[in-house]
Amino acid sequence: MAQNPPRRIIAPETAARGKPVQIRTLIQHPMTTGHGSDSGGRPVPRRIIHKLTVSLNGAEIFSADLFPGTAANPYLSFWTVPDASGELVFTWFDDSGDQYVERRRITVD
Amino acid sequence: MMGSSEVRSPVEVRSDADPAGDPSRRTALSLLGASALGVWLPADADAQTKPKSSTPEQPPRALQAAMAELQQGRPIQRGRVRLELPALAENGNLVELKVSVDSPMTPADRVSEIHLFSERNPIATIARYRLGANAGKAEIETNIRVAQTQRIIAIAKMSDGSLWSDEAEVIVLLAACIDGSS
Repeated sequence: MAQNPPRRIIAPETAARGKPVQIRTLIQHPMTTGHGSDSGGRPVPRRIIHKLTVSLNGAEIFSADLFPGTAANPYLSFWTVPDASGELVFTWFDDSGDQYVERRRITVD
Repeated sequence: MMGSSEVRSPVEVRSDADPAGDPSRRTALSLLGASALGVWLPADADAQTKPKSSTPEQPPRALQAAMAELQQGRPIQRGRVRLELPALAENGNLVELKVSVDSPMTPADRVSEIHLFSERNPIATIARYRLGANAGKAEIETNIRVAQTQRIIAIAKMSDGSLWSDEAEVIVLLAACIDGSS
């Protein structure tokens, strides 16, 4: 798998004060369950994105613990009411120990 | 009259002969019916009771354990949660899921966590989500794997600690691969 898997964030650039906005995230990842075996019959170890955290200006606004029951290329949509303009930071945690980070500016009117 | 009695007599002869034959036929038919029922009813009853006894009333042990860990002795109430899943999934590897919870979503009275459980996947917990104090709206969308036809359960934990749930049955045509390719 690519060292730095493609990921996508769909979040508005501006938000009306006090109104919830929808944030959608996607990362390309096979989410290998660890229950299977390869063509030679050897067990394939689990390798999934096991966690996603999202913060705004350093404060966590959403997080998810994922298990192999979450489909490949994990997609997640959630809502938040941004309390101030600033930076959204998305961090995906791979079983490999790698972390993948994505940032987005959001302006609150 | 003569003609009609002539017509009647064979009928009467027949009806005279029938009372002897009819009850025996009826007995035979009712015996056949009884035996048919005797054969079919228990089989049918089994077919109806077996899945029931192994699904809603007694969830599989892994699911029970996962839910008990969340519950910590608290009851789970039905309601406030709405779990949306397709009734029929062609491919269990990718099943779209939406869960929403009826809540004022104020800092004092809000949804703090949403948990997704599977009845028959190798691991009962599918995902758990922590919603921030300013989530504003308790609604999550994701895609899940469903290994086989089963119930999926969504449980919301409120800021007061109470637990609310909804569940949905998904029929899976192509099971989620548990082989090396996924």
